[in-house]
Amino acid sequence: MTTIQETVPREREGVRREALHFAVRNGKLMAGLVIVLALLLLGLLGPLLVDATPNEYGPRPMSPPTGEHWLGTTTFGQDIFAQFVYGLRSTFAVGVIGGGIAAVIGMAVGFAAGYLGGFVDEVLNMLTNVILVIPTLAVLLIVNAYLGIRSVAVQGLFIGLTQWPWAARAIRAQTFSLRTREFVDLARMSGSGTWRIIAREIAPNMSSYLFMTFILLFGGSVLIASSLDFIGLGPTEGVSLGLMLQNANQWSALQLGMWWWFVPPGAAITAIVGALYVANVGLDEVFNPKLRET
Amino acid sequence: MMLRLDHVTKVFRIGAFGGRTVTAVADVSFDVVPGEVVSLIGESGSGKSTIGRMILGLNPATSGTITFDGRPARSGKEYYRHVQGIFQDPFSSFNPVFKADRVFAMIKESYRPDVPAREWDERVRAALRDVRLNPDQVLGKYPHQLSGGQLQRLLIARALLLDIKLLVADEITSMLDASTRIDVLNLLAELKTRGLGVLYITHDLSLGNYLAERTIVLRKGTVVEMGPTGEVFGGPLHPYTRELLSAVPRLHQEWTDAEAVETCLYHERGASGGLLEAGPGHFVACARLTTC
Amino acid sequence: MSLHVSELEVHYRTLRGDVRALDGMSFELGDGEILGLVGESGCGKSTLGKALIRMDGRMRHVGGRVVLDGRELPIADDRAMNDFRFKEVSLIPQYAMSALNPTRKIRKMVGELLRSRGAALDVAELERRMDQVGLPREVLDRYPIELSGGMKQRMVMVISTLLDPSLLIADEVTSALDVSTQKAVARALLGFRDSGYVKSMIFVTHDIALTHHIADTIMVMYAGRLAEKAPADVLVKAPRHPYTRLLIDALPEVGVRYAERRLEGIAGSPPSLLDPPPGCRFRDRCPLAGDECAEQPPVAEVAPGHYVACWKA
Repeated sequence: MTTIQETVPREREGVRREALHFAVRNGKLMAGLVIVLALLLLGLLGPLLVDATPNEYGPRPMSPPTGEHWLGTTTFGQDIFAQFVYGLRSTFAVGVIGGGIAAVIGMAVGFAAGYLGGFVDEVLNMLTNVILVIPTLAVLLIVNAYLGIRSVAVQGLFIGLTQWPWAARAIRAQTFSLRTREFVDLARMSGSGTWRIIAREIAPNMSSYLFMTFILLFGGSVLIASSLDFIGLGPTEGVSLGLMLQNANQWSALQLGMWWWFVPPGAAITAIVGALYVANVGLDEVFNPKLRET
Repeated sequence: MMLRLDHVTKVFRIGAFGGRTVTAVADVSFDVVPGEVVSLIGESGSGKSTIGRMILGLNPATSGTITFDGRPARSGKEYYRHVQGIFQDPFSSFNPVFKADRVFAMIKESYRPDVPAREWDERVRAALRDVRLNPDQVLGKYPHQLSGGQLQRLLIARALLLDIKLLVADEITSMLDASTRIDVLNLLAELKTRGLGVLYITHDLSLGNYLAERTIVLRKGTVVEMGPTGEVFGGPLHPYTRELLSAVPRLHQEWTDAEAVETCLYHERGASGGLLEAGPGHFVACARLTTC
Repeated sequence: MSLHVSELEVHYRTLRGDVRALDGMSFELGDGEILGLVGESGCGKSTLGKALIRMDGRMRHVGGRVVLDGRELPIADDRAMNDFRFKEVSLIPQYAMSALNPTRKIRKMVGELLRSRGAALDVAELERRMDQVGLPREVLDRYPIELSGGMKQRMVMVISTLLDPSLLIADEVTSALDVSTQKAVARALLGFRDSGYVKSMIFVTHDIALTHHIADTIMVMYAGRLAEKAPADVLVKAPRHPYTRLLIDALPEVGVRYAERRLEGIAGSPPSLLDPPPGCRFRDRCPLAGDECAEQPPVAEVAPGHYVACWKA
């Protein structure tokens, strides 16, 4: 007799509490989150632990990992661990800013076009296609080249402004198919307005999809940032994981057997994107009650 | 008079920039009064579901008027207080990521925010008992944990929690098993004793015949015959109605082919266009206009 | 006897354990016989149809044998079944619409299909059969999307019986069709049997009234088991199993009105086949159930060709 009193009136908190209950018991989600959080913490706290400034030339070049230089040094004697922790910081920043901005624009455009349809859809679709066919990397090159001072935030902002179209298209397609489901009609007949239906009926059905979109945008931003770093249009000061990889490549670290130079940044980028992907699979199981019943 | 359709037409634009048009419903007029079940019968492509959606304000009519209690029907919170719909696929009618009883919570949020939680629970339980469901068996479950019949009953109970006057039931039993289908139909029939009007949309003639006081037969978006169910099924006048009836498989009778059409009523009576009144309340369209 | 199924057991693997979709089914099908297979969703009728031609990845053959024309069908061996599919056993799927390759014209598709089975296309024969089901010959030069649902269904019927299989399984072929098309498809099926294109047929459906018009014998399944099997007229007019009786009583025939005679459904729902209760599976919903029903009733032949699994029959 108590079930209804618990579930009906406080339905939203109920759903949330239940999702949390399954979330903490999901191995994939927890493992993915732990890896990402560990790297994030390392990026946040690491710079407080090292004395060396990342780009300072040191006296012992090409040193493999030692007690003094945990991850060894570069051809110029720079401390790789210092570069790594600072690089993590800017990589996370550019991923969050770029991926976040692209996700917000992509969701707004995708939901509006897919749900409202008709004229709104045609206009938004045209805008999306225009941005989609612009050679974004070339635009980023030009913009970055014009800007004298380049910070991680500005880099992230421009990446975000050019990355959203494919996300918008994917979300539009999903919204389009969900819109024709009868529960949307029933929500309308329950007196719900357009944005409430999008937020409370359609979005929850694709929550893991939205998270996945963010992950891919996050990863894409990291990779684009690395490409910009590669051709010397990265942040004017500081380091990033992309910059480290590029330097390692430029100074033939692979051929010289200096694995400690390129493995940490490469592994970190892979670990961040990979862990987020695994977390996404777990999240799918948490949000989809059908997958839950194992 | 509760629900009235006057010369309602629906044209869909399809293709890029609406280049082509398809007429789904053409010049349909009928009404539904309180306390009666009207069945709207047609095959796929007859426009029957489009009519249902227009009455529910989910699609606008291209021309013609739909009025409810004298006021134009349009989607909106106040309209849905009195007019509700149930659709064919029970599993698509519930949002799969939430529990099924969320449909009640949504009603409370929009229409009954002032009712205390405890009293609302009692009302929900009473409505569930009205549709012969055991509240303890269905509350707190996800849609995939319930059967199709249980889900359709939940939706009838949901409508009962409002000040409902008209229910549009679009093929609500076509995905249910024979053993549970009839009970859902009986529930619809009971609604009319509460003074509700029910528009029962179906492709199944035997179900329409079982339930409805009046029958409207649609073909390609137009009404070919309508009238009291007993007369439409007992003495069908339009060749299309006869053909449909002869195609229905019956348990104790072999399939027969519909007899040939005798002379058109129109020519005998000299009527032209629209529907001709063949008997009290029994209307039929010109066979020549609709079968050629 | 062309088909002989004995003690067939097929399970579905799910995350929560094995669902006993078919739990010891035995029946026979004679030459030229059309068997109507009726039951509610989840009773195992579609599983039976699939098991006879192609098991999907989640299905597992647990026990029992299937013998067709004196040869045992290797139903558990997907590869070995290839020699039988299409030539000996053929299927018309429920959604024929999606069985046709949308990018090929019908003529080309039929040719490719036959070649993959090592047979040549006999156009004259194909056209003769199309005439028989009332399909115009132009259909061969159209794409599947240009055909209506009923035409696609009939086209698939013609294609799947081109090699004159011994057994044809028609899985809910009429449920998505309008009544008038339904009648044409059903009559076409009868015509195929009468012309000898197929020796015997299993017509899977949930519609007893329709089956009655096509089938010689009707078999009613309930929760993975046989409930009753009898000649079509006998099953409809004098059913012995309480489930069959209630099912037929719940059918609103044209002419029955709510206002005059109120029909009743069957209360309750079928048991879960994950862990089915012992004894008769219909016991919980049965108005006649008694103590003996705690034990599983055997399938008994109460009259020639009339089999019932009920203690009270």
